[in-house]
Amino acid sequence: MPVNKIFKSCEEAVADIFDGATIMVGGFGSYGGLPINLIVALAGRGAKELTVIANMGGVGFELTKRIKPGGYQDMGILFERGQVKKLIASVPALGGMPPTSPFEKLFNEGKVEVEIVPQGTLAERIRCGAGGIGGFYTPVGLGTVVEKGKEKKVINGKEYILELPLTADFALVKAHKSDALGNLVFRRTARCFNPVMAMAAKITIVEVDHLMPIDGLDPEVIVTPHVYIKRIVEVRQ
Amino acid sequence: MKSRLDEQTIALRAAREFADGAVVNLGYGLPCLCADFVPEGKTVFFQSENGVLGYGGLASDAEKDYEMINAADQPVTPAPGMCFFDSAASFDMIRGGHIDVVVLGAYQVSEKGDLANWGRPGRPATGMGGGMDLAAGAARVIVTMLHTTREGGPRIVKDLTFPLTARRCVSLIVTDLAVIEVTATGLILKEVAPGWTFREIQNLTEARLIPAADLKDIEL
Repeated sequence: MPVNKIFKSCEEAVADIFDGATIMVGGFGSYGGLPINLIVALAGRGAKELTVIANMGGVGFELTKRIKPGGYQDMGILFERGQVKKLIASVPALGGMPPTSPFEKLFNEGKVEVEIVPQGTLAERIRCGAGGIGGFYTPVGLGTVVEKGKEKKVINGKEYILELPLTADFALVKAHKSDALGNLVFRRTARCFNPVMAMAAKITIVEVDHLMPIDGLDPEVIVTPHVYIKRIVEVRQ
Repeated sequence: MKSRLDEQTIALRAAREFADGAVVNLGYGLPCLCADFVPEGKTVFFQSENGVLGYGGLASDAEKDYEMINAADQPVTPAPGMCFFDSAASFDMIRGGHIDVVVLGAYQVSEKGDLANWGRPGRPATGMGGGMDLAAGAARVIVTMLHTTREGGPRIVKDLTFPLTARRCVSLIVTDLAVIEVTATGLILKEVAPGWTFREIQNLTEARLIPAADLKDIEL
């Protein structure tokens, strides 16, 4: 019998996330694809000094009302509670929103570090980390603040910047369906960063809309193979 | 009667550049409006960096699905032939030159086609999102923006003073006053908003403009 990966609650699933851990959080930034219930459970757990790797820094409950009526919890709650030491993201704060997100407030007070990474470079650094690759050369960021301190190389007459892999202790991701082993399928644009992050952490925890029996998904359409998934929590929408 | 184009009209003019069958990515803000102005009889496949190719228009309230959004967080509608993929695959598409046209907003464009569209003064942590990848990777970059700043200062400049997004990446600039092509020999003023002269546009532009031989009013 394989190990039982199914957890009864998000709280149990995040109970061993420790102070100082590096955590990937899936999604794109707004509602779709964000593992909201796992984020809230992590806020409840209270682990501190976290390094968070995510596409966006979240805008906090108040500003989410501008994205979806009624609002929702996002990454903002982790900054509100002072749990994050460093954020690695492509959009730490949204330029189209007022500078009042929990992240931006802390940043302006000098209480959180940030590393800003172009979005495609962020995805590729995570994919490298997932696949055991030591880095890659990309033209993105040439001549900009992004190239500072990085090795450059000319390949076939074109200039590139060396970018290094990212991995994490934990990844919190959202999928539409999982079978009992952790094979995952996603729904529409809620896929985004979830599959790559699911592959790049020591312990990947997935929040799913529907938990299926072991033969409940078509093997031809599995997006994330179960080998990457350690914990599954069903949260019915 | 001299007037400036409104944002809808800027988007309409930019969308006229889309070829039939083109794969197009629309940036945050004004560029997103282009989705509503695909020329009649043409099919365009909109790609969004969060991982969708071939979505339809903006969703009505009844159609809204918050797991079906574009990169600007706007719910969009499904369309026949649409497909989904993850962020890494999405940026393979973008960096690898598989996107025909990207329309981006800008704070500044230089006379060499350098683009500044992410670093806002006083907001050091807003981030570039997918902007650098899109500007560096797309086959053709069209910028849509207002010709001048709120204070009336130029946005089309000799050298950028805002943080760089990508060097020499812009092909065409569509503003509320003009359509300008970026070429190896300089910025060619191709079209002007109705009632405006070359000299008036040049006075609002820091970089030197070269009038096209067939300079004309913007055709819509």
